[in-house]
Amino acid sequence: MAVLIDKTDKVIVQGMTGREGRTRTKLMLGYGTNVVGGVTPGRGGEVVEGLPVWDSVLEAQDAAGPINTSVLFIPAPLVKSAAIEAFTAGVKLIVIVPDRVPLHDVMEIKAAAVEYDADFLGPNTLGTLSPGVGVLGMMGGSAESARKFFKSGTVGVSSRSGGITSSIAYYLGKAGIGVSSIVHVGGDPIVGLPHPEVLRRFESDPDTKAVVMFGEIGGTQEEDAAELIESSGFTKPLIAYIGGKGAREGTRFSHAGAIIEGGRGTYQGKIDALKAAGAAIAPTYDAIPEVTIQVLKDRGIGIS
Amino acid sequence: MTLIVEAVGKREVEKYGIHVPRGFLVELPEGARKATEEIGGKVVIKAQVRTTGRAGQGLVGFADSPEDAARFAERMLGRIVKGFPVTQVLIEEFLDISREYFAGIITDTKEGRPLVIFSSRGGSGIEEIARDHPESVAKVHIDYTRGLRPFEARELARKTGLSGKEMVGMGAFLEKLYAAFIGVEARSLEVNPVVLTSDGRFVAADCHLTVDDYAVFRHPELDVEIARELGHPPTALEKSAYACEKDDYRGTFYFIQLESDVKKGEGWLGFHGSGGGGSMMSMDAVSDQGFKVADFCDTSGNPPASKVYRAGRIILAQSGIDGYFLSGSGVASQEQYHGARGLIKAFREEPLRIPAVIRLGGNREELAIEYLNRFCADLPVTVEAYGKDDKVTFCAERMRALIDEHTSPSDAELEAVKPLHNTDTPKLPYEFKTLTGKITFDHAKCAKCESKACIEACKPGILELNDKGAPALNISLDDAARGKCTECLACEAECFYSGETAVRIELPIPGLM
Repeated sequence: MAVLIDKTDKVIVQGMTGREGRTRTKLMLGYGTNVVGGVTPGRGGEVVEGLPVWDSVLEAQDAAGPINTSVLFIPAPLVKSAAIEAFTAGVKLIVIVPDRVPLHDVMEIKAAAVEYDADFLGPNTLGTLSPGVGVLGMMGGSAESARKFFKSGTVGVSSRSGGITSSIAYYLGKAGIGVSSIVHVGGDPIVGLPHPEVLRRFESDPDTKAVVMFGEIGGTQEEDAAELIESSGFTKPLIAYIGGKGAREGTRFSHAGAIIEGGRGTYQGKIDALKAAGAAIAPTYDAIPEVTIQVLKDRGIGIS
Repeated sequence: MTLIVEAVGKREVEKYGIHVPRGFLVELPEGARKATEEIGGKVVIKAQVRTTGRAGQGLVGFADSPEDAARFAERMLGRIVKGFPVTQVLIEEFLDISREYFAGIITDTKEGRPLVIFSSRGGSGIEEIARDHPESVAKVHIDYTRGLRPFEARELARKTGLSGKEMVGMGAFLEKLYAAFIGVEARSLEVNPVVLTSDGRFVAADCHLTVDDYAVFRHPELDVEIARELGHPPTALEKSAYACEKDDYRGTFYFIQLESDVKKGEGWLGFHGSGGGGSMMSMDAVSDQGFKVADFCDTSGNPPASKVYRAGRIILAQSGIDGYFLSGSGVASQEQYHGARGLIKAFREEPLRIPAVIRLGGNREELAIEYLNRFCADLPVTVEAYGKDDKVTFCAERMRALIDEHTSPSDAELEAVKPLHNTDTPKLPYEFKTLTGKITFDHAKCAKCESKACIEACKPGILELNDKGAPALNISLDDAARGKCTECLACEAECFYSGETAVRIELPIPGLM
C-alpha cells in the first residue's frame, strides 16, 4: 500500500507534450504508474509515449475517465488555471511539479482544493514514489534509476527538499532499510500537503511502521508536526533532521508574520518542539540511517 | 520576498483609493527645500531605504522650515544603511493626527490564506501592541476566492472598540488595503500608523510592503530590479545571474554573492549547490572543513546545460576564490550529465585556474563523471568528479587536499587550453537560434569531418545530415528557437572531442561579456 498513489488510479499528465512532461511520463509508465494520457490545450490528437493527448481535462475524463490524479509539468504562470481546471473536472489529487508558482496563485489553488474536496502536492515538488506501486512526478528521474535507488520496506519519508527525499531513501536502502512511500512536500512557502498532512496519511498506512522527516528552518510545518504528535494524530516513531542550522537568519519573517509565528520557525524552536513530542533527532545528515536503525530496534520493528 | 520602499508602496496603495500624505520624492537637499516650500508648513523627512526602525536610526526627521528640511535631507542622503545607500528622501506634509491605528495583511503560509490584522492602537510595533493590549487587536482569515467582505472589515474595527462613522470609515480603508494586497500580489502589506486626521480622513502615514518574488514578473509597476531578498544592493554578478534566470523557466538558478572582497589563500570557495536541502547540507560540509563560501549558488529542478554553464561562468567571475565546489543532495532525479556538460564548457572557456571538486550524484551520474574526467583531463588544474556513494564530507576533504597541493598554472599552460567551441570565423556558417543563445556550425569544417559525432550526440534528434553530408536541423528554425533545441551542449562537446571543432554555441551572459 502507498499513501498517495494507488495502482488502479488513472493518472494524466498536464503538459505531457513539453520537455519535462515527455521525460517524466516515460518514468511514470516505466515504474508502473497507471498513466492513461495527457492534456495540452491545442495539441489534442497527438501521441506521446504511445498515449493520447487531449485538449482539456474534461475531454480526458470523457475519453478515459474516471481520472483521479493529474501531474502538472507546465510553466509556473499557467499552473493556476491548469490546477483549477483539473479540480473542476473531478480530479482529486494533483501533483504540481514546477517551481516559481506565484504565491497568490497557490492561495487560489488552495481555496479551490477546499471547494472541490481535493488535494495537491507541491508546488515545487519532485512528487511521491512508492516502491512496487508507482511514482507521481519525477522522483527517481528514470524508471531504471528509480528501481536501482529505492528499496521497498516499512519506513516512510517526508521531506521539504526534493533531492534529499530520494537521497534519504537511497542511504536508508544502503543501510538495509526499505521505504514504504517517499513524499516531497514541496519547497515553497505554501504547499498543499505539508508535513503534518503527510504524517496523517502515513499514520493510516498499515505498511508504514516509522517515518523519517527532513525539515528546514522557516515556516511552521515541523512545529505543526510536533503538535500533531502531541495530540495523538501521529503515533508511529518519527526520526527528524532539520537543515539550516548555520544559515543566516534573513528578513523572511515580516513584523506581522512574527505575530502568528510567535517565535516559531527557528532551528532551535523546531528541534525543541520535536524533541518534546518524542521524536528522535538525527544530529547530522549522515547519521539519519543509524538513528533510524536504533529507533526501529528500540521499538522492535523489523527493518525491511 | 522583496521589500518595496515606502514611496513606491504609497504610490501603489493610492491607486486603490487610499489617502496618502501629500509629498515629494527628492534626491537632493535643494529638492527638499523646494518640496517643503510647495507643501507649506511643517514637514516629515523620511529616508527611502529598505529597512525597518528608521526613526531610531535618524532616518526620519521633522522640519518647520525649507532650510531645516534641506539640512535633514543633506544629513540622510548618501548615508549607507545596511549596505544600501540613501539616494532618495520623501518630504511629506505633517499630518494633524487625531488618532492612530495599525492595519496589516499578511500571507499566512500555514493556512495558505491572507490574514487581515487590525489594531485600534497604532504607532508602536504590532508585537508589543498584541502583547500589552490584546483586546485592541482583531484578526480574520480570508477565503482567497471570496475576498474580504465589507462586513468583515467593519467587524474587525468594531471588535477593537470602534463604532459609528469611525468604524465604517476604517472598514472602507481595510477594504481598499485588501484590494491593494491582491492587486500587487503582496506577501505582506502593513500601514502603521493609519492616521485619522482632525478633518476626518484616514491616511496611510507609512507603508511597509513586501511582494512575492515569483509574481514580480507581472508587476513592472513595482520597479523591482532583482526579485530576491539579498540583504544588500545587487552586485554586478547578481545582476548578471538574475538577467540569465528571469526569463528562463527551465529549472532554477539562484545566486547570491555573500562576499565580494575575497582574497586568494584565505579559503574562499566558489560554491555551487544543487537543490535547496542538498545545498544547505553541502555548505555545512565545506564550512566544517574551514572553508568560507564567497557565493551561494543553486542550480536545480533539471536545468538545461546552458543554465549550469552560465552559473559556472558567474561563479568563476569572482576573483580570489581558491577552489570550486559543487555538491547536491547526492541522489538527484535529474540526469546529472547536463550539469557536467555545462561545467566543462565553462571550465574550458574560462579557463579554470583553481582546483574543483564536483559531486554530481544521482541519475546517470556515471555519465556525468565520465564527461568531467574526459574533458578536464588536459586542464592544468585538477578537477575531481564524484557521485552518490561519495559522502559530502569526503568531497569537502578532497577540496582541502587539492587546494593544499595546488600550484597556479602558468600563462602558457592556460593558453594551451582550447575551448570547446570553434574560435575561427566560419567559412560556411550554418546557424540557428536557441531559446537563450545561438549555435553556428561551420559547414566548411563539417565537410572534412569523418565522425559526424554531433548527430549521435544530439539527444532530441533535431540534427541530421543534409544532402551534402553536413549537419542541419530537421525541424524549423522557429521550433529550434522555441526550445526544441534543449541547449544540452552535446554537439559542441562531441565535435570538439572527435570532430573538427566546427560548432560554436554562444550563450550570452548580460554584464559578463
